[in-house]
Amino acid sequence: MPFSTLSELKTRLDAGDISAVELARQYLERAEKHNPALNAFVHLDAKYVLAQAEASDAYRAAHGARTLEGLPIAIKDIFCTQDGPTQCCSNILKGFHAPYDAHVITRLKEAGAVLFGKTNMDEFAMGSSNETSAFGPCRNPWNSDCIPGGSSGGSAAAVAAALVPAALGTDTGGSIRQPAALTGITGMKPTYGRVSRRGIIAFASSLDQAGPMTRSVRDAAMIGEAIAGHDAGDSTSVADAPEMNWLAACDRVDMQGLKIGKPKEYFIDGMDAGVREAVDAALAACEKLGAEIVDISLPNTQYAVAAYYVIAPSEASANLSRYDGVRFGHRCENPDDLLDMYTRSRDEGFGSEVKRRILTGNFALSSGYYDAYYKKAQQVRTLIRQDFLNAFEKVDVIATPTSPVPAFKIGEKTDDPLTMYLADIFTIALNLAGLPGLSQPCGAVHGLPVGLQWIAPAWREDMLLGAAAAYESATDWSTKVPQGFGGET
Amino acid sequence: MDIDVHKVAMLSRIRLTNDEAAELGPQLESILDYVDQLQQVDTEGVVETAHPHDAAMPLRVDVVTNGNRRDALQSSAPNTQSGLYVVPKVIE
Repeated sequence: MPFSTLSELKTRLDAGDISAVELARQYLERAEKHNPALNAFVHLDAKYVLAQAEASDAYRAAHGARTLEGLPIAIKDIFCTQDGPTQCCSNILKGFHAPYDAHVITRLKEAGAVLFGKTNMDEFAMGSSNETSAFGPCRNPWNSDCIPGGSSGGSAAAVAAALVPAALGTDTGGSIRQPAALTGITGMKPTYGRVSRRGIIAFASSLDQAGPMTRSVRDAAMIGEAIAGHDAGDSTSVADAPEMNWLAACDRVDMQGLKIGKPKEYFIDGMDAGVREAVDAALAACEKLGAEIVDISLPNTQYAVAAYYVIAPSEASANLSRYDGVRFGHRCENPDDLLDMYTRSRDEGFGSEVKRRILTGNFALSSGYYDAYYKKAQQVRTLIRQDFLNAFEKVDVIATPTSPVPAFKIGEKTDDPLTMYLADIFTIALNLAGLPGLSQPCGAVHGLPVGLQWIAPAWREDMLLGAAAAYESATDWSTKVPQGFGGET
Repeated sequence: MDIDVHKVAMLSRIRLTNDEAAELGPQLESILDYVDQLQQVDTEGVVETAHPHDAAMPLRVDVVTNGNRRDALQSSAPNTQSGLYVVPKVIE
């Protein structure tokens, strides 16, 4: 039961085999038992979860079930929720209570979901290992010496260990897909503008998107359908986005006629040999399902990380200027004057990775350097987008490894920030291009999961879901579970 | 790349201890050395991307939609008085 998919749980709820309250109790018990070892949840209020579950059972009895009726979904600590704290795993927001719900939270509530606690993450989503969290690192259920990936590491670990059947994450440079890959679950970043960013604590506004982290492709579609759509409160949420049937896209069981691009720049020296083998085997399985594998080139890929580490810190430095100790968040004790209040509050409140990015961004935007850094990076961004547009004239979807390596050890990459930045080498380009991406499990190296990443043209999440669903139905990687969490059969 | 860390920290309104500055300086330099590879790319005449789909910024109707929520919004503030935010004295 605990390792059931959302779809399976929905069937059981709809059949009356189990109530939302019983379901919530079971996951609360699991979270209570296993969270101390994982540190996946940074806030979980059992009373609040059960009250929502009771309300859901009552709604079902009176009006029938909505699309996510009674299903527990965990929320990354980056989403503003009116109930409970929203702290972005930063000391500068310790104890902060948001005055409103993020748009996607409203959508989940309207769909009948039961919000199940706040999950651990890298501070302000800045990291690839969940080690920069002010609440301490989160651990990978497959090996507790390893990181779960980041920044949505808590959401990934919670779903992988079935402390909750699904979770929301956010993805600025890979923060949904990379932890999904490293913990053996499915994670989808929708097209930029598909999902409203209102009420999601801003990191890099031209890159951030929210998306599902789940145990199956169909589950990702269920949540995607619920949270997508225009919101007048987010000026970058796109009003005329093409409509799509999320669930029907998952009915695909073969790949007849599907052209899959295999970009040579994503199969490089220095990547883990086991990861390469697993992804090559996955592509061979796709061929068996009828797909044609087409060798392609995305020539500007090598510049994606460099462009990202100008654009994302620049936008972050502007977004994080709001933490000034005046309207909300931490204020230092006994400031001498206004400047002392700003500089000391921010020194005390921000962790070192956040400071590094704010400083990098402000340097790149400072007088005399803007053209050489920010403008140049935005131009390279155009070339990276163009690479994808050219490729999608020849192929329907692109398949790559999600991460060049499986989960690494806690502490292994914390000494050199640049080494950590390269962990996102395969996930960053599609954020720059605004494209949708999905990671699903496709293998294992030394007992650690490997992720297969799908990339589709803008607004074609149905292509991602279709390819991933067909692959999932032909293989059993999505059904693997880590040892020690009661899922062994 | 030579960076005046204290100047950038002041632009960022972050106080840095000398120890922090000594650690951050070389790290920033190594990050900027890495991103310098962007200079190798020929971007002559390439238009910058600000929004991934080049969408125009829409205008909304100029009407109040959420009413007066001052108390709720100020409930998280470190220090308020009579509906105002209290900060250290700015003018002597």
